Amino acid sequence: MVDFSLWDILRNLLLAARWTVVLSLIAFIGGGVVGLALLVIRIAKVRGTERLVSGYVQLFQGTPLLMQLFLTYFGIALFGIQTSPWTSAALALTLYTSAFLTEIWRGCVASIPRGQWEAAQSLALNFGEQLRHVVLPQALKIAIAPTVGFMVQVIKGTALASVIGFVELTKAGSMISNATLKPFLVYSCVALMYFALCFPVSLYAKSLERKMNADRT
Amino acid sequence: MRIEFDFLAVLAQWPLLAKGVAWTLGLTLAATVIGMALGIACAWVRAANMGRRPAWLVWGVGAYVELIRNTPFIVQLFFVFFGLPAAGIKLSPETASIIAMVINLGAYATEILRAGIEATPRGQIEAAHSLALDRLQTFTRVVLPPALAKVWPSLVSQIIIVMLGSAVCGQISTQELSYAANLIQSRNFRAFESFIVATAIYLLLAVTLRRLLNWLGPRFLFGR
Repeated sequence: MVDFSLWDILRNLLLAARWTVVLSLIAFIGGGVVGLALLVIRIAKVRGTERLVSGYVQLFQGTPLLMQLFLTYFGIALFGIQTSPWTSAALALTLYTSAFLTEIWRGCVASIPRGQWEAAQSLALNFGEQLRHVVLPQALKIAIAPTVGFMVQVIKGTALASVIGFVELTKAGSMISNATLKPFLVYSCVALMYFALCFPVSLYAKSLERKMNADRT
Repeated sequence: MRIEFDFLAVLAQWPLLAKGVAWTLGLTLAATVIGMALGIACAWVRAANMGRRPAWLVWGVGAYVELIRNTPFIVQLFFVFFGLPAAGIKLSPETASIIAMVINLGAYATEILRAGIEATPRGQIEAAHSLALDRLQTFTRVVLPPALAKVWPSLVSQIIIVMLGSAVCGQISTQELSYAANLIQSRNFRAFESFIVATAIYLLLAVTLRRLLNWLGPRFLFGR
């Protein structure tokens, strides 16, 4: 057995936490881009897309993230592409994030009064211009708080990537706990690190929400 | 390149899948009943309009809720299953799963229910007091039923999230649905098919459970 001091444990966990952060950012940015594309497709009201996108959302919200990870992990391999935990985790989390974000943002767009669309239309703006200059800027203001709140969900979601062998905070925790035989200490440290990552984001989301509600009343 | 799927090889193992579904539903049921009770108790402590409570209790419940809501379920599960035995508490995988799910749902249910409780009009609480109801009666008879009705859709969503989250419990060898899928693919090497089948079953369970809870709530929990 290797001798691990508390500092060794913390140092290794911190090094692994980098990958949690990187994976979260990839999922969040990728998910944001895909989610925005889906949102535009959905509100453009092209025939049939509404159903398709809501089916997509239902699919990702109604199945466990763990299964989505397994499916991408084994699914990519079916196409003869060499899978790595990196690609499958990034892909699965991006799709998962996009489904949730597009649904959150749809709600924000739906809360923009019809009159805004009509006013923009009467100014002879086309659909793209209506979206860009009138609807999205207003929707964005409402969307920020729930979007930041969902970020916490994404960070926590990356923990599941450990199951397909992606070495991030949770996986590093299991490995160190197996090496040191101090599971209580190691998993406490892991939990605290996730808390240190997520809690500030949660607080920020809450303060944004409060600010928004204060603006309205 | 041709990809050949063989779903029959997976479906032939239906007794394993059925057992997995039974475990998933059983875990969810147990976690829901106990977790909701925990959530109601903690929401009473957290709600701003429920009278005086000891400061240490309010602080403790607040810390519990924030700690759980800001850490991943899988870490909570590993902590309970691998961490607690080191502190002298040995648990079977099933018990550890239920405990982790209860703790998890309890924290989320607390925040959801708190919002419902805080939306109670002051006058209703005063009216209850003027009818000589004590604090417990006021809470269980006057405040709680409409609060439950108000936040029921959010609670249903949370229960479904916990049900889907239980897929992780297979990682500590609880024999629920995702564990069954893993077992099947280790026997016949049909990994993709077996996870597709499991995922489809989860989707079906999620849709059915949502319908069922939306139907059950108004009829049995908060009347009319």
